[in-house]
Amino acid sequence: MNIWESFRVSLRALLANKMRSILTMLGIIIGVGSVIAMVGIASGATANIMEQVQSLGSNMLIVMPGATTTGGARGAAGSMNSLTMTDLEKLEAAAQTPNSPLKAIAPVSSLSVQIVNAAGNTQTTMTGTTPAYADIRNITVEIGRFITQEDIDAGSRVAVIGPSVVENLTGNAQTNLLGQTIKLNNVPFMVIGITESKGSSGMTNNDDIVIVPLSTAQIRMIGNKYLRSIFVEADAADHMTEAQEEITSILLKAHKIGVGGTADFSVTNQADVLSTIQTITRTMTMMLGGIAGISLLVGGIGIMNIMLVSVTERTREIGIRKAIGAKRRDILLQFLAEAVVLCIIGGGIGILLGAGGSALLGKALDVATKVSAFAVLIAVAFSAFIGIVFGVFPAKKAADLDPIEALRYE
Amino acid sequence: MIKLDGIKKVYKTGDIEVLALSGIQLHVAEGEFVSIMGPSGSGKSTMMNILGCLDKPTGGTYFLDGIDTSKASNNELANIRNRKIGFVFQGFNLLKRTSALENVELPMLYAGVAAKERRKRALAALESVGLADRVHHKPNELSGGQQQRVAIARALVGQPAMILADEPTGNLDSRSSEEVMAIFQRLHAQGNTIVVVTHEPEIAEHTWRIVRFKDGHIAQDELVAEPRMARAHVPDEEGA
Repeated sequence: MNIWESFRVSLRALLANKMRSILTMLGIIIGVGSVIAMVGIASGATANIMEQVQSLGSNMLIVMPGATTTGGARGAAGSMNSLTMTDLEKLEAAAQTPNSPLKAIAPVSSLSVQIVNAAGNTQTTMTGTTPAYADIRNITVEIGRFITQEDIDAGSRVAVIGPSVVENLTGNAQTNLLGQTIKLNNVPFMVIGITESKGSSGMTNNDDIVIVPLSTAQIRMIGNKYLRSIFVEADAADHMTEAQEEITSILLKAHKIGVGGTADFSVTNQADVLSTIQTITRTMTMMLGGIAGISLLVGGIGIMNIMLVSVTERTREIGIRKAIGAKRRDILLQFLAEAVVLCIIGGGIGILLGAGGSALLGKALDVATKVSAFAVLIAVAFSAFIGIVFGVFPAKKAADLDPIEALRYE
Repeated sequence: MIKLDGIKKVYKTGDIEVLALSGIQLHVAEGEFVSIMGPSGSGKSTMMNILGCLDKPTGGTYFLDGIDTSKASNNELANIRNRKIGFVFQGFNLLKRTSALENVELPMLYAGVAAKERRKRALAALESVGLADRVHHKPNELSGGQQQRVAIARALVGQPAMILADEPTGNLDSRSSEEVMAIFQRLHAQGNTIVVVTHEPEIAEHTWRIVRFKDGHIAQDELVAEPRMARAHVPDEEGA
């Protein structure tokens, strides 16, 4: 008897006992389904996070001041007033030199402000910066314009605001506030632009922003010329490290910090952040997949359990088959094929349920899900593998039955 | 056809050895219709298992159709059972939830006969036992006599060297028993070698030769002077 015939015989046996077959498959269905759903959700969430991190600006480095130390107590990173306009000018000068890995520089002076207009009021962080900021942070102005060098030179009281600010002020993100006056900490500003919605990434709402010219922020609002941070864009993804080194060396020299001294600033690499997130999400995917994998294992044990019962129940059938000429191999193949067929059909149903489940769960949790061909392949291969592993023992038991004993079995 | 020479079978239970068969000498020629009789414990069941190649003797040689079965491996024995022996059991031993046709096809499945040929031969065999109109019935939809006729069809479909029947009428009423014996007698008339193991004298009287077992040896081996002819109730006798 060839393998094809074995599969036909086992399929017939499974059809003859539909209820038991379905119950046996349930374990595999749930196992495979949860692997597909879990991995689908995890990889969808990963893709989601990555996309948002990328949208904040690619090839980006962030220079932050160091932490203050007051009486031995170290303050938060960035609390020091160590980044100056001179630092900014030096970095901008470096960016102008040919072959520099630095492409664009945008300073940030920020302040928490209360925004008031005729319709309402809200609170957010005001960012004072230069035109380069829009490119580096991937900000697009939907209506109106971004701040210009003229605004900075003149110290104009103009502001570009995000749709969340519009919504918080007026209750409707679609309200056109262009040309109207808003008050930031009681200082009147004219709205010159509203940015395109970018959504939120993690805890940060990228639409809850107020951008004003750097000079206006420093002179009128904050009252000093220190910078909160400097955003630097590298000219290529593989120049990130070089860019980081160049910034560090320029600033160390500017701050007169020698070898062995402690830098009073830090340079964060966007690529590092990305790879950290990737590591975290990969771990999350593996963990979810692992948990689901355990349920697949339990499903496999369920198959073995039922197959063992089935062998006992069908002892007489095995005896008959052996008496009329079935070899050990024929019986082994028949029962093995039964287990594999159960697992493959169960796996197939599991894939469909898993894909549907992850899509549904994704909708409920509002995350994009992605059922990868890889996860499907792994699930199918694993369920066939489980069928063989957990089918071998019952099949061997059946094949080794003595025909005389088996025929006498009631 | 069947040649047993000094066949011995010893069963070991712990330290106790039980001699089930003590040096059996038996020759059955091609085309013979033999019954093996004896009370329980006489060794006739052991004899049946060895004749059917389900069990191996402890000593002696057993040639079936020229093959020395006493030296065969388990796989070779399975092959011999498949190609040389057709079994008919007391409890019919048909596969449940499986149609008569598929039950009859089963030995050919293991012999590697192509599907189309299997179907053709199985239909012919079922027709020869008068069940042409019952091929798609499952065992639980057939009477005892019909089930046993399916079993006979399954036994003869592979054209075996010997049909071995173990109490073939044990579970049947007298009318069905007559039918089954009529089929055996017809198969005998067609030249088949048939061995029937039974404890019923009336059944043995339908055969041509009776071998009586007692305490593990052959007590008597005689030809039946005038075999009793079974009255056939099988409707399509002429189809055979």
